[in-house]
Amino acid sequence: MGALRPGPMQPEELVSYKLTINGREHEVADEWFGASLLTVLRDHLGLRGSKNACEQGECGSCSVLVDGTLECSCMVLAAAVVGHNIVTIEGLTQVDGGLSDVQEAFVQAGAVQCGFCTPGLIVSIHDVLERNPDATDLEVREAISGNLCRCTGYGRILAATHAVAAARRERKHDDGGDTSS
Amino acid sequence: MSSTATGRVYRPTSLEEVFTAFSADPEAHLLAGGTDFMVEVNYNHRRPPAVISLRDVPELCRWRREGSEIVLGAGCTYTTIMKAEIADLVPGLAQAARTVGSPQIRNAGTLGGNIATASPAGDTLPVLAALDASIVIASAKGSREATLDQLTVGPKRTTLEPGELILEVRLPALLGTQEFLKVGTRNAMVISVAGVAIVVDWVGHSVRIALGSVGPVIIRAKEAEGYCAERIDWDLRTLEGGDVTLAELAAQVSAAARPIDDHRSTAAYRRHAVGVCARRGIERALDAGAAAREEGSTWEL
Repeated sequence: MGALRPGPMQPEELVSYKLTINGREHEVADEWFGASLLTVLRDHLGLRGSKNACEQGECGSCSVLVDGTLECSCMVLAAAVVGHNIVTIEGLTQVDGGLSDVQEAFVQAGAVQCGFCTPGLIVSIHDVLERNPDATDLEVREAISGNLCRCTGYGRILAATHAVAAARRERKHDDGGDTSS
Repeated sequence: MSSTATGRVYRPTSLEEVFTAFSADPEAHLLAGGTDFMVEVNYNHRRPPAVISLRDVPELCRWRREGSEIVLGAGCTYTTIMKAEIADLVPGLAQAARTVGSPQIRNAGTLGGNIATASPAGDTLPVLAALDASIVIASAKGSREATLDQLTVGPKRTTLEPGELILEVRLPALLGTQEFLKVGTRNAMVISVAGVAIVVDWVGHSVRIALGSVGPVIIRAKEAEGYCAERIDWDLRTLEGGDVTLAELAAQVSAAARPIDDHRSTAAYRRHAVGVCARRGIERALDAGAAAREEGSTWEL
């Protein structure tokens, strides 16, 4: 299943570069130059939160943010994003390693079954609520249309998303609706 | 600043650097959004000798209004094209962009990539054909312009020469009423089974109908266009002959298609689907045109 790995590599096909991931610089040494960002994250850097299912942009399980834009890391050439800011699911947890509000809401709503699609969905939901805090149900559905889940039927994922949006609105209200301090 | 080449991946930061990389490595493959290219690389269907990434070339990602035209850089993503400022000027293109894949794909995939990939199922291509887009192609030696049918000559086959890249696309702004209709197995994340772009130009009194996924390249249904234009009452924005005219229009559009059977659909279904889509698109365009006429708006610049 999944993509075929490239055949034998020539030494001149191996490249070294640095990537900025979750605010930290990571050294990538002697990687095949055609490797996707997903391959580099998982197999080279040990960041296995981003999942590999289809390697053709269909499932969204490998979703990451590149300079704040949601992309499938399987369709990003890793060597092309040197100097760009990459945020993975590992970078969305709180500073102390605690769950983000979206992650916590998934747990509370029972939005996780097998869990394979979960990291990608959480990155997508962070993205949509960042851009559109008051996203309607239809807007959320469109925002996660590139994330396939075979278990949940999406109902609890939508419930979790709306719970986060409501909690964030509540918090903003309690803070006097002014976050500029 | 010079190109930073790591092995055989080039990351030029200007057009000039793209051409420098191209002359240094003529076999290099241009990489735009990666939504087609990386799938082929991941599955080992393609093993390029070298890659020039266009991600960091700002000139390619801009767009501008130039008189009666809108000029979109080849690096504009589908998400960019969906933005209101562009959607207001070329609504058909924005509609088509919204049907592409998913947010992730639309954030990465580009207009130039859609053209260069030259798939008959490329969603923006019928709109470009219907709007008679001019595609600007640049190389170290200069630039040239081509229409879509000059540039795309078969499935995944273009007349792009080595060392050339698609720079930008010139389109008429605010041209008539535009509609894009697409058939697929679901609403998102689907490669088109049939696609139709419609433009009804209330000023120039013309109808354009372009068909995707029903031939080796995008097809303009010229006979049906003429048939429809002759039967529109351009003052009232209605269609003479009603359902009979619409049925004949659908039949003429279906006749213009040259579809094949493949894993996504059958030729017979595709032929039927483009006829139905064209009929619906014309009905929608006439309704929108008549409503705009009621409100007193015109399409004149």
